[in-house]
Amino acid sequence: MVAEAKKNQEKIFEKHRKFCKVNEIVEKYKYEKQNLIAILQEVQTEYRYLPEEIMTYIATMMDISPAAVYGVATFYSQFSLDPKGKYEIKVCDGTACHVRGSMPVYNAIREKVGLQEGKFTTDDLQFTVETVRCLGACALAPVVVINGKVYSKMTADAVKIIVDELLKRSENDN
Amino acid sequence: MTEMVKADIKKELEKAAQYVKNTGMRVLVCSGTGCVANGAFDIYDQFLKHDTDVMFKKEKKVSSIKTGCRGFCEQGVFVAVPDLDLVYVKVKPEDVPEIIEKTLQNGEIIERLLYEDPVTGQKIQKENDINFYKNQTKAALANCGNIDPESIDEYVATGGYEALDHVIKNYTPEQVCKEVEDSGLRGRGGGGFPTGKKWNFVRINEADQKYVICNADEGDPGAFMDCGIMEGDPHKLLEGMAIAAYGTGSDFGYIYVRAEYPLAVKRLRIAIEEATKRGFLGESIFGSDFSFKIKIKEGAGAFVCGEETALIASIEGDRGMPMPKPPFPANEGLFGKPTLINNVETFANVALIIKKGADWFKGFGTETSKGTKTFALTGEVNNTGLIEVPLGTKLKEIVYDIGGGIRNNKKFKAVQIGGPSGGCLTEEHLDLPLDYESLKSVGAMVGSGGLVVMNEDTCIVEVARFFLQFTQNESCGKCIPCREGTKQMLHILEKVVAGKAELKDIETLTELAEVVRLGSLCGLGKTAPNPVLSTLKYFKDEYMAHIAENRCPAGVCEAFKLIKINPDKCIGCTKCAKVCPVNAIDGKVKEKHVINQEKCIKCGACLTSCPVNAITEGN
Ligand SMILES: Cc1cc2nc3c(=O)[nH]c(=O)nc-3n(C[C@H](O)[C@H](O)[C@H](O)COP(=O)(O)O)c2cc1C
Ligand code: FES
Repeated sequence: MVAEAKKNQEKIFEKHRKFCKVNEIVEKYKYEKQNLIAILQEVQTEYRYLPEEIMTYIATMMDISPAAVYGVATFYSQFSLDPKGKYEIKVCDGTACHVRGSMPVYNAIREKVGLQEGKFTTDDLQFTVETVRCLGACALAPVVVINGKVYSKMTADAVKIIVDELLKRSENDN
Repeated sequence: MTEMVKADIKKELEKAAQYVKNTGMRVLVCSGTGCVANGAFDIYDQFLKHDTDVMFKKEKKVSSIKTGCRGFCEQGVFVAVPDLDLVYVKVKPEDVPEIIEKTLQNGEIIERLLYEDPVTGQKIQKENDINFYKNQTKAALANCGNIDPESIDEYVATGGYEALDHVIKNYTPEQVCKEVEDSGLRGRGGGGFPTGKKWNFVRINEADQKYVICNADEGDPGAFMDCGIMEGDPHKLLEGMAIAAYGTGSDFGYIYVRAEYPLAVKRLRIAIEEATKRGFLGESIFGSDFSFKIKIKEGAGAFVCGEETALIASIEGDRGMPMPKPPFPANEGLFGKPTLINNVETFANVALIIKKGADWFKGFGTETSKGTKTFALTGEVNNTGLIEVPLGTKLKEIVYDIGGGIRNNKKFKAVQIGGPSGGCLTEEHLDLPLDYESLKSVGAMVGSGGLVVMNEDTCIVEVARFFLQFTQNESCGKCIPCREGTKQMLHILEKVVAGKAELKDIETLTELAEVVRLGSLCGLGKTAPNPVLSTLKYFKDEYMAHIAENRCPAGVCEAFKLIKINPDKCIGCTKCAKVCPVNAIDGKVKEKHVINQEKCIKCGACLTSCPVNAITEGN
């Protein structure tokens, strides 16, 4: 019995060590439920997505149900439950971008990085290609954001050149 | 605890004026999101590198200043030198040395960087001679593009925080609410509810705690006015919120900013910190017993969180689901306490109203819609950007005088106003004054103020489908009419653009629209059918063309596209047949080839393979 408890405790310790960064974040936000979104945002910046065990861990730490955490994580489009690629390519599909042709740009990128239908991240975890909501640069539509850098007035041809550059870079990295 | 500071606005103003004077010749580099995308920060750095050189050589002080959006994003990056009454457009980092040498040191104008009027071809030096600016009236946006949003002194030098000082010292909260009510200011977040009235509801509620919330969720795609204000003049928003807090008896505020605006968040944070240091926010403001603190909450990407009850749920850390009203937030809002929620632009008008008076504000606009309104002008117009005009300005003036007409000499087709909740305006509305009532009467709404201009090449049915997909995606799923109704409506619209709809589908669509409109819980569902109803009303024949004639008049919808081989040109080289991934092209060597339309997937591979351009794509 004692051995059992000890084993359990060891397990918890190990989790603690693994989730050290998470501890820091949750502590910084004082375990407050109203800060759950901010906590998940910081955790996602750290891990590039929200791993399930971490969500459960956060729930335990904050003394709320895992369902509540999962509920918030799935409600907001910013959160991802799947790992994201090293290069996150976001194509704005707001109204202004849409009427100026964001879809051909989006399709061109998908084709270039070789994404199959229904997939948003390449198998080698290099690229994630998604449409996103309006980015507030509508006057320069269509807009593409790659790892935070904004590219304006995109066309299918222009974006192909940019993606080619990234493909080269990611090959060199490997 | 932060140290308590007793601010004295007169001294602050003197200090700030001196600060601005010391900047010497000001070189304003537009650094809104749009211009940053075009390399504004590089340009700023280039200037920064050279500033000191200029100073030494000419003993003339030059300061480059990062400002918020100047509005004319299409022509970015904008560099303005007010001392020389000069603006340069489309500036690139490599132009900077020349600007410094010629313009800043010797006062020479660089023709190449001047704005060229697209009609007359004339080069224009002064901003106010450019049509885009000439026809605007700036109030809420007056400082945007002229001051450094990251410096509180620059704001104070424009008379900033005087209004707050004034109300704290001279007005009772009741008088504040009355002044705002008298001005006729109405909510700029979409609903158009009289702002002063709303403040008063909160004021008369007795409670141990009240909150002021700024709705900066700006979810309408194609709108970026609030973004412009937050990036360009964040203190104006803070001052407006503080006045509202004083008027309603609150001491704590939240700004709920959408996640897609990192630059706005950064500048707001700096502004809050600086204002707190100066004693314009925090404990005992201006030495009075009025305290007000502001906290920023970042959204996480959910359009419905712009709805006030959903926004409150989101601040509390929950899923952003709307609640039935009543209770209204003014009675039972954040954490169950009386809460005032206003839009960014609404707050941005407040300090001006206090300073210049309700009568000044009433001098703009129409009978029921007072003041000026910002709009984001985007889509197929020549001049896209952020604009401000008196409410009641005619659509024609915006599209043609400010917007410079339709790009590439195409024909005007429609303007979508108010985003996914709004409707479209057509040629017959060009003379319509843009104000709350007129727009409502034609089935559209001011909404947030996104104006997306469309030309003859835009398929209106596809646009309706686009909006419905948006609302369907963003529906929180709580009530059935919205969750399921929008799904069915979307399904029908998808059938229309795919050429698979029947006439009776339109009937079903209209019926569904009514159910969704009447049965939904919140504004998202209630207004979701608007884009469909309004396009059905003004462009029925375009729907009909898709359904009955099997064609898309704008030539957009893939399903109706036909790829054909011109038999007169085909030389029978077989190249097209070889590249076709689905073997849809028949023909023998040296014989005319034909595309089997049943098999063709319209990938377009054959188009580029043909050496004699015999293959064309059309309707
Ligand atoms: C689906 C939906 C989305 C909304 N989005 C916004 C928004 O992005 N910004 C905003 O200020 N108001 C938005 N509103 C309106 C708010 O609910 C609320 O009326 C407004 O913030 C009140 O401020 P005002 O009186 O200053 O306009 C939205 C409403 C609905 C129903
Ligand atoms: S619609 Fe794309 S940035 Fe606004």
